[in-house]
Amino acid sequence: MSELLRVENLTKKFGELTAVDNCSFSVEEGSITALIGPNGSGKTTVFNLITGYLPSDSGKVEFSGSSTHGEGPGNLYRKGLTRTFQQARVFADLTVQENLIVARGGTLRSFFGRRISIDDRSRAAELLEEFKLSHVADLYASELSWGQRKLLEFASVLMSKPRLVLLDEPTAGVNPILIETMATHIRSYNEAGVTFLIVEHDMSFVMRVCNPVIVLDRGKTIATGDPETVQSDPRVLDAYLGD
Amino acid sequence: MKNATQSGASAFFTRIGLLRGGLFVAALIAMPEIFRAHWIWNLLFFTVLYAAMSSSWNLIGGFAGYPSLGHAAFFGIGAYAVAFFFKNTEILTNGWAPFFSLPLIGIGCALLALPIGWLAMRTRADVFAIVTITLLFVAQTLGYNLKGLTGGAQGAGVSRAPFNLDIFEQPFYFVAAALLLLAMGITYFVIRTKLGMALTAIRADEDKAKGVGVPTTGVKLLAFSVSVAITGMAGAVWAYYIGFIYPQFAFDPLITIAIVLMTFLGGRATLWGPVLGAAILMPAQQLLAYYVGGSQIYLIAYAAIFLIIMLLLPRGILPTLLGKRRLAALSQGARS
Amino acid sequence: MHTLIQGLILGVLTGGVYALMASGQTLIFGVMKVVNLAQGAFVIASAYLAFTLFTKFGIDPLLAVVITTPVMFGIGVVGHWIFLRPLRREDAVELSILVTFALALLIEGILSVTYHTTYRSINTSYANKAFDVGGFAISAVRVYGFIVSCVLLLLLYVVLQKTRFGRAIRATVQNPQSATLLGVDSNRVKAYGFGLGIATAAASGSIFGLLFPFNSGSHYDLISRLLSVVVLGGLGSIGGAVLAGVIIGVVSSVAAVSWSPTWSEMTFFIVLLLVLLVRPQGMFGRVERGNL
Repeated sequence: MSELLRVENLTKKFGELTAVDNCSFSVEEGSITALIGPNGSGKTTVFNLITGYLPSDSGKVEFSGSSTHGEGPGNLYRKGLTRTFQQARVFADLTVQENLIVARGGTLRSFFGRRISIDDRSRAAELLEEFKLSHVADLYASELSWGQRKLLEFASVLMSKPRLVLLDEPTAGVNPILIETMATHIRSYNEAGVTFLIVEHDMSFVMRVCNPVIVLDRGKTIATGDPETVQSDPRVLDAYLGD
Repeated sequence: MKNATQSGASAFFTRIGLLRGGLFVAALIAMPEIFRAHWIWNLLFFTVLYAAMSSSWNLIGGFAGYPSLGHAAFFGIGAYAVAFFFKNTEILTNGWAPFFSLPLIGIGCALLALPIGWLAMRTRADVFAIVTITLLFVAQTLGYNLKGLTGGAQGAGVSRAPFNLDIFEQPFYFVAAALLLLAMGITYFVIRTKLGMALTAIRADEDKAKGVGVPTTGVKLLAFSVSVAITGMAGAVWAYYIGFIYPQFAFDPLITIAIVLMTFLGGRATLWGPVLGAAILMPAQQLLAYYVGGSQIYLIAYAAIFLIIMLLLPRGILPTLLGKRRLAALSQGARS
Repeated sequence: MHTLIQGLILGVLTGGVYALMASGQTLIFGVMKVVNLAQGAFVIASAYLAFTLFTKFGIDPLLAVVITTPVMFGIGVVGHWIFLRPLRREDAVELSILVTFALALLIEGILSVTYHTTYRSINTSYANKAFDVGGFAISAVRVYGFIVSCVLLLLLYVVLQKTRFGRAIRATVQNPQSATLLGVDSNRVKAYGFGLGIATAAASGSIFGLLFPFNSGSHYDLISRLLSVVVLGGLGSIGGAVLAGVIIGVVSSVAAVSWSPTWSEMTFFIVLLLVLLVRPQGMFGRVERGNL
């Protein structure tokens, strides 16, 4: 199994605050890897650095063997690296269906085509069906419940058939049934070959779904391994319970 | 709730859309015939001209959410361009010649807009607003100072249009109407293609849009340069109509204010919104001018209306009346 | 060479005034993430106020600062309450720009109806006096203006660094979410922060009125310059705004004496474009990336 994503000595400071501190880890292709750590350990910042939303101060990120230095989120999206946000960002002024279609990621020329082509509709319909969002397809994204938004955001980043999906707290604020649904989707896409890196706080979710688990504390990687081992690692316990 | 996943693609034309469009064009053509008076033709000319400019501003300011506060700069550039090519020292044999120069002026403005737009849109919408406001001021300064090109404060004259004085305003009106139809046609195209979705996504959440692979820079530049092109052409038509232009009127902030207000009043990011806004505001402005006079009152009136709209009716008249759902259906080409 | 140094001196003195005006603008941006396009209009309004106080009551404009500053602070807070607070969160940024733009026009309209469009200037007794320092003629008003600007900037610094209010503002600028968690009332901070920004406009208005002739339409020119200064300094950075104010003051002054006054007016725009080309976040701005 090869490394799909490799993070080496990544550092990012915000003024005096060092959010990410010489952080290193890697993600195996075909895995569902978890990225956990107490609040403020820099997980979302790491996501922002990997996906090109923030420039790093030093260190490097390699996706599928090549460096992502200087690449913006759009380019990385086209190369197969996508992400969701903690706040479940969707386009409020577009319908659910359009949210999916706009995320297909084409060239500028492709945007001169019909607003919704037959192909668009069928591709979106697949995902809508799968995520049980068909009945709200014509609603504006702003009219959705929180759980539906999270599903929509998840679905939309799958439109471009990515290789690596970064999920930022996919289960936050979501009811247990929906959590199970998410887990099912993640597993089934993983079986189809999509790699996942998931930031999570819900430990039972992590235990059930993810392997391996990477633990961050204060911007550094402090442990890596399978869920059981990591859970009983004293350094990890210390990070969560300490100060 | 009807089944959303209809089969078939979204339509480019619907029967009712074509009917509406046809009626509108017919009305545009018929208006000068029905209302035969010089002051009405003058009013129609300005209403249609501003409707065209508002519709085109709508592309970048309404759909994309990048409020260009310096559109008047390109209006002035178009005006001075036509004054430059058709100086009032020359006699025109063909009165339509200046109109034929419009496409050239439009393309020129569009090309000029590209580097400026690229720089201005690099970071955020508010930086864009900053650059465009500054641009207007700079354009006005240049208008005063590049005396060789513009005649400076003395102004510049345009060749006199050799049209029959009885119907003098009409050719200008029809050209302005053509510009309006062009602007609306482009807007319609944008709405019916993915470009509309892209622009809306950019306005809703640009970072997210980048993140899902929307070619944001290209789309924004396109919207900006097209918008600017039409505004420049409008300026050219205006200059030809007026016959003599001065920097403070060609590069007048009131122009920007008027088109922004018209767009927001009628409903930004809609097809008919800016037209509605112009149809309301232009006659109102003429009325105000007639009874009160003095452009300072305009300013207070415009600013006050602007603030009221922003605070109370930010989506404008049309979306408030129609409601979001119906607008969405219209944009997807539903057979409503 | 002589003219060059003269230009340099003039540039620094004028730059100080720009620094004061721009600091208020960038403060407002830092606290509210809103570009206040009405900043120039408030400066002009304040200049008119100082003008009236001078012509009607004989109060020196620099002393009038003591009166105009609290008044404008109050107007700023109220203005924020009426016009900026009600904006729905999603459209807030986009609409805020337009609202402040409309505010600027409203102020311009009111001023031109009240004072008409004739150019005014505040002609104090020392308006034409000049100091002779080592062969260079330095206008008295510019020196006084510069001194007052420095004093006020120092005051601003003290308020921001040493008072609880100032700390709350700085916390909000750096990280709004954490600031709220720490108990800072974000609405209060925004309102008072805006007021503070407008208060600096008040102070600068008096100085502006002394230095330059103005009318109701002058705010366009002014806001264009201020925006360039703020972008160069980095949106949200007060230190940056101060430094940028002096830099641009010097550059445009040197341009005026070396080339022509016309091109000097363009320097602001050219600097703006250069900054966007080379380093869009300005000297001290952070690379903003929306809500991450």
